[in-house]
Amino acid sequence: MSLLNRSYSVLPGFRLGFGISLAWLGLIVLLPLAMMIVATSRMGWPAFLGTVLDERVLASLRLSFVAAAIAAAINAVFGLLLAWVLVRYRLFGKRFIDAMVDLPFALPTSVAGIALTTLYAPNGLVGQYLAPLGIKVAYTPLGIVVALTFIGLPFVVRTVQPVLQELERELEEAASCLGANRWQTVRRVIFPTVLPALITGTTLAFARATGEYGSVIFIAGNIPLVSEIAPLIIVSKLDQYDQNGATAVAVVMLLISFALLLLINSLQWWSARRNGAQR
Amino acid sequence: MSIEIQNIRKQFGDFVALDDVNLTVNDGELLALLGPSGCGKTTLLRIIAGLERPDGGQVLFGGEDATHRHVAERKVGFVFQHYALFRHMTVFDNVAFGLTVKPRRTRPSPEAIRERVMELLRLVQLEWLADAYPPQLSGGQRQRIALARSLAVEPRVLLLDEPFGALDARVRKDLRRWLRELHDEIHLTSVFVTHDQEEALEVSDRVVVMDHGHIEQVGRPDEIYENPASPFVTQFLGDVNLFHGRVERGLFRVGDFAHPLAGHDDSDQALAYVRPHDLDVSMSAAQALAQGRIEHIHAVGPVVRLELRQDDGSVIDVALSKERYRELGLTPGDTAFVRPKKLSVFNGDASDYVI
Repeated sequence: MSLLNRSYSVLPGFRLGFGISLAWLGLIVLLPLAMMIVATSRMGWPAFLGTVLDERVLASLRLSFVAAAIAAAINAVFGLLLAWVLVRYRLFGKRFIDAMVDLPFALPTSVAGIALTTLYAPNGLVGQYLAPLGIKVAYTPLGIVVALTFIGLPFVVRTVQPVLQELERELEEAASCLGANRWQTVRRVIFPTVLPALITGTTLAFARATGEYGSVIFIAGNIPLVSEIAPLIIVSKLDQYDQNGATAVAVVMLLISFALLLLINSLQWWSARRNGAQR
Repeated sequence: MSIEIQNIRKQFGDFVALDDVNLTVNDGELLALLGPSGCGKTTLLRIIAGLERPDGGQVLFGGEDATHRHVAERKVGFVFQHYALFRHMTVFDNVAFGLTVKPRRTRPSPEAIRERVMELLRLVQLEWLADAYPPQLSGGQRQRIALARSLAVEPRVLLLDEPFGALDARVRKDLRRWLRELHDEIHLTSVFVTHDQEEALEVSDRVVVMDHGHIEQVGRPDEIYENPASPFVTQFLGDVNLFHGRVERGLFRVGDFAHPLAGHDDSDQALAYVRPHDLDVSMSAAQALAQGRIEHIHAVGPVVRLELRQDDGSVIDVALSKERYRELGLTPGDTAFVRPKKLSVFNGDASDYVI
C-alpha cells in the first residue's frame, strides 16, 4: 500500500513537488514548533503544570481566546457588511475605502496600538466622550477587543469580497421571481453561498487575534488577572530568563489554537459539502 | 393570462434598448422573441418579468396594470440562460423554494409541498434526482430543474431567457421538442427569447422578430418565413441571395435579365431576396435573374448545394433536390442561369445588412 496514493497526472514533478513542499513546511513550521515541545518536555510534568495552572497564566489564556473570539465575531458581521458595500454599491471614494481595508495589514502593529490608545484613553479623542458614560476602553479587556477587531478586519473582507463578486445576480433575481422577499433572499440564497468564505475569513481573523501582541500591549494596560494577554506573559517570562516557563505557556496556546482551528476546519468541510462542492 | 405591452421604452445611458414597443401575447400561446444580440429582446422579457423598470409605457397582465408591481408579486416564472439554480440546495429544495418562502398563512403543509415538488419532478422526468445537488447535474437536467422550480409557484406566465443557449446542439434539439410538448400539456402563456431562428420557428406559436429596439414583424412561423416584412427579417431567418435591380412594368430586371413580378410598383432601386432552395438552375435565360459558372458542387445528403460565380465575382448559393440535380446533369465549370421560384422584393438601395 502506497502512502502517496496518487492518480495518473499529465503534470510532471509530483514527487519533486511533494518533497519540496513537505521539506519546506517542516523547516518553516514544524521544526520550530517541535523545538518548543522538546524544550517544554525537559521541564517535567510538575513544573509544567505548576507554570500553566498558575492563576495569572490561566486568566491570560482565557482573556486571549475570549477576546479573540469576540473580535472575530464582530469582524464577521462588519467585515461581511463592508465587503457587501464595496462589491454592490457604487459610491464616491470606493477605491479609497477599498485600499484602506488593507491598512491593518500594512501598519506596524505597535503603531496601531499607540494610535488606538491615544484615541480611547480617558482624555483621548473618543475616550473623553465615553468616560462620562462610564465606559472605559483603554486599559481594559474592552480595549483589547477593539485592538483585535482592528487587526482582524481585512481577513474577513478580503476573503468574502471575491465570493460576493462572483455571486451571480441571477440567483437573487431567481429568488425574487419565486416570491422571496429581500430578507429571505439574503438568508436563504446569498448567505449560504458566502458562508464558507466567511468562516475562512473569521478563522483567519481569530487566529491572527490570538497571537496578536504589538497592538494589544499598549491599549491593554497589562493589569495582571484583568487585562494581561497570554503572549505578554510569554514575553515577560522570557524577560525574566524563564525560558521553560515561556515555552510551557506557548505550548498550551499552541494546543488550544490547533484544536480550535481543527474544529473550525471541520465545520468548513461540512459546510462546503453541504454546498454541493463534492463531485 | 394575456400580456399587453404598450409603448414600452427603455434606455441604458445613450443606448436605446427598446423604442416604443407594442405587443400582445395571447392567453395560452408560446411566443418567441427573436433577434440578434443587442436588439432588446432580453430587456423586453426582463421588463415583462419586472426585473427591469421601463422608462415609459405599460405592462398589463390580463388587462390589469402590472408596470409598478414588484417581481415577487407578479407571479411570473422566469428561466435563466445559465439556470441560476441554488447550488447549496438539493434539487428538491430548489424546486420547493418558491413554496417555502410563502408567508405562513398561504404556505402549503410540508406534505403538500413534498407532493407538489415530486409531481413537478415527474413532469420534467427527473424525480430520481431529487436528492442531488445542481453541480452534479448535466446542463439539460439543470435547465429542466430550473423550469420545474419556476412552475412550482403556479405562475401566471412563463418567461424563458435563451433557455437552451448554454446547451450543446443535440441536447438543445431534444429539449426544445420537450418544451413544445410540455407547453401543449400545461398551456401556460409563455414567452421565450432566442437568437436562433430555427429554434423560434420550430417551437413557437408566433414569432416576434426584433432589431435595434423595434419590432420588425410579428406572425406565425410559416407566415414570417414565407412573407418576411423587411430585408432584415429575410436575412435573419436564413441564408439568402441578394439581387440588386429595378422594377419595371411587372418585371424585375437585373442587368439583361428579367423576371415577371406581379403586384409591385415600379421602382428604380429594388432588392430581391431569394433563398437557395427557391432557386432553380436552368440552361435558358428565360425568367432568370443571373448567370454564373458552377464553381463547387456539394452533393452529400438529400440536398445538393451549388456555388455559382457571377462575372462580377459574387457568389450565388443554390440548393437543389437530388432528383433535379441528376436531371440537369451539371458538372463544375458549366455555365448556367438561375431562375427564382419565389422571391421577396423590397424597395430601396439598402446594401447588405450586417447581422
